[in-house]
Amino acid sequence: MFRIVDKRELNSAVTLLEIEAPFVAKKAQAGQFIIFRVDEYSERVPLTIADYDREKGTVTIIFQKVGFSTNLLAAKEIGDTILDFVGPLGTATEYEGMKKVAVVGGGVGCAIAYPQAKALHAMGVEVDVIVGFRNKDIVILEDEMKAVSTNYYLMTDDGSKAEKGFVTDKLKALIEAGNQYDTVIAIGPIPMMKFVSLTTKPYGIHTIVSLNPIMIDGTGMCGGCRVTVGGEIKFACVDGPDFDGHLVDFDELMNRNSIYKQREGEISKDHVCRMDKLAKEVIH
Amino acid sequence: MANMSLEKIKMPEQAPDIRNKNFEEVSLGYTGEMAMEEATRCLNCKHKPCIEGCPVNVRIPEFIAEVAKGDFMAAYKVITSTNALPAVCGRVCPQESQCEAKCVRGIKGEAVAIGRLERFVADWYMANATETPQKPVSNGKKVAVVGSGPSSLACAGDLAKAGYDVTVFEAFHKAGGVLVYGIPEFRLPKGIVQKEIDTLAALGVKFMTNMVIGKVLSIDEIIEDMGFEAVFIGTGAGLPSFMSIPGEALVGVYSANEYLTRINLMKAYQAEYDTPIRNSKSVAVVGGGNVAMDAARCAKRLGAENVYIVYRRSEAEMPARLEEVHHAKEEGIEFHLLRNPVQILDNGNGQVRGIECLKMELGEPDASGRRSPVPMEGSNYIIDVDTVVMSIGTSPNPLIRSTTKGLDSNRRGCLVVNEETNQTTREGVYAGGDAVTGAATVILAMGAGKKAAASIDEYLKNK
Repeated sequence: MFRIVDKRELNSAVTLLEIEAPFVAKKAQAGQFIIFRVDEYSERVPLTIADYDREKGTVTIIFQKVGFSTNLLAAKEIGDTILDFVGPLGTATEYEGMKKVAVVGGGVGCAIAYPQAKALHAMGVEVDVIVGFRNKDIVILEDEMKAVSTNYYLMTDDGSKAEKGFVTDKLKALIEAGNQYDTVIAIGPIPMMKFVSLTTKPYGIHTIVSLNPIMIDGTGMCGGCRVTVGGEIKFACVDGPDFDGHLVDFDELMNRNSIYKQREGEISKDHVCRMDKLAKEVIH
Repeated sequence: MANMSLEKIKMPEQAPDIRNKNFEEVSLGYTGEMAMEEATRCLNCKHKPCIEGCPVNVRIPEFIAEVAKGDFMAAYKVITSTNALPAVCGRVCPQESQCEAKCVRGIKGEAVAIGRLERFVADWYMANATETPQKPVSNGKKVAVVGSGPSSLACAGDLAKAGYDVTVFEAFHKAGGVLVYGIPEFRLPKGIVQKEIDTLAALGVKFMTNMVIGKVLSIDEIIEDMGFEAVFIGTGAGLPSFMSIPGEALVGVYSANEYLTRINLMKAYQAEYDTPIRNSKSVAVVGGGNVAMDAARCAKRLGAENVYIVYRRSEAEMPARLEEVHHAKEEGIEFHLLRNPVQILDNGNGQVRGIECLKMELGEPDASGRRSPVPMEGSNYIIDVDTVVMSIGTSPNPLIRSTTKGLDSNRRGCLVVNEETNQTTREGVYAGGDAVTGAATVILAMGAGKKAAASIDEYLKNK
């Protein structure tokens, strides 16, 4: 059993939980993820590690309420426990040789982009953070991101806060303005990661994306999370979740993630997937 | 006087048309009378060939003699002196190629039903025993067991009985390995696996779930930081193979591991559990092993109208147990033998609409004596299906060998061990089961676990 020691609602749909998990906290690195299971009847769901405190033995996760299991988890309060919390899983992000990096986060993806920016910042790398949200009401981690970035650029789709536009607009403008990024790290909805990769490709900038396929075990024993990268089958849970954005088959990933849409719809009828809507807005 | 009937006492089972709609156990087991009667078929041979056929050398005629007398408790004690998981082995061992293959009664007529008798004794004990196992006196030495499948459980059981302080590290949220995620409820009820595990826990074995060794802890940390004096690696062969044919990324294509994990471990077939599984009308399962039979029979139970086994050799070469093939046929599974898939077809929405197969014929025997299938040009045809389950084999997961220095493995990714002792290329680190052999059987894994336990005991006594 894993105890929840802190809980914060970052916006109406996004929740932060700090969970006591000393074994996970001891080994966690940016880019890795955990799998949680709330109770005996629950499914196993992967979430990227947003932060960790090795001394306290806690791990922080930030997630959007997008379906049955995330709503179930979000309903837990400080002091409650969840049944299973396994990790750290996946391969940590490889930062070797990086000097100037753009970290791009979309929506709740900022929660995953944050530990990346934090780790790079701690290594003395110059980090430009570009984050995008639908509107001012759902902006998360503004202060945290600012604290670990050289430059922080906030975009809103409707212009209700900071600059109006998409993260890809800002990224392209910064590259055009002469910023020489050796790497771009993009984390957010699949369409957003796809378009960031398309944006950087003509400039030949190495682009890392963090993929989010459906997973069960997260240890490489089922292949449910398989993705095609450079024409080869990879298991995101062990080979990833980070991959070269210029080699990923994003359309296939999006198709594979749709497999249980109908069933998920049955479980949480009232829910309208904001992430999908956001993704569409990012593209168009 | 021995019962000279040429046939085994039949074991009652659910009717095929009823059982292919539920997940309850197919075989219902002997009653006490049936077991005692079957037991009288054993001739109690002097040379006891059946014992050699058993990878954990259960003293078969001895326990059967107790069954014949009606002393089931005594029979249980004989079995469990060498076998930690009798209720499991009695159900899933391929007895026809092990103990029962050596039975003298099998020369003329059917062998004594050793598996059914073992199963009866174990089930009787679970239903009737009131005593709790005595915790052995501790010798104060700690041994770590990585993985909680059959080889690990056998190893942990023997070490605990010898007085070691044993901790089992399991990556999943539930212990049991293939016994809980792989073999379905209708062949091996999960309640029975849990009882066997509870028995080990009562002997003092500690189970730590959610511990992915190689990620959360390394083998080196287990030895250096946590004070374990020896380690047994029983992590199995859980990495699924795919065929690398077009269409394998379509929605509706599963590995058998994923399909069975969703069904058995996550209980996707029960409404009150949250894990989803695809609603399929027609399913093709590619492969001819026990795992393929399990996947096909699960698909039928989930309501698929048509379930096909697609296998590239003929029935004679099928690695699945005869009994399972027989059960699958009775339940309405159709067999496409000497057929090999060449691609999986898209319905236009990124989902499976069919599987294109090529007919095969068996060629001349190769050096190993096995007749290889040869494709027949232009014989392509399509089976209309909406789901494909790939069950063409698994190999060991690289997680531990890639994070542990000095642990040698062969080209197939299997850990290299000394055949006498099951020690790996690292002192104090032992391995057994599918992690060493590649995908094999439950009982061979248990035999390896027992052998490693004896070696670990020897090693630590002399250390």
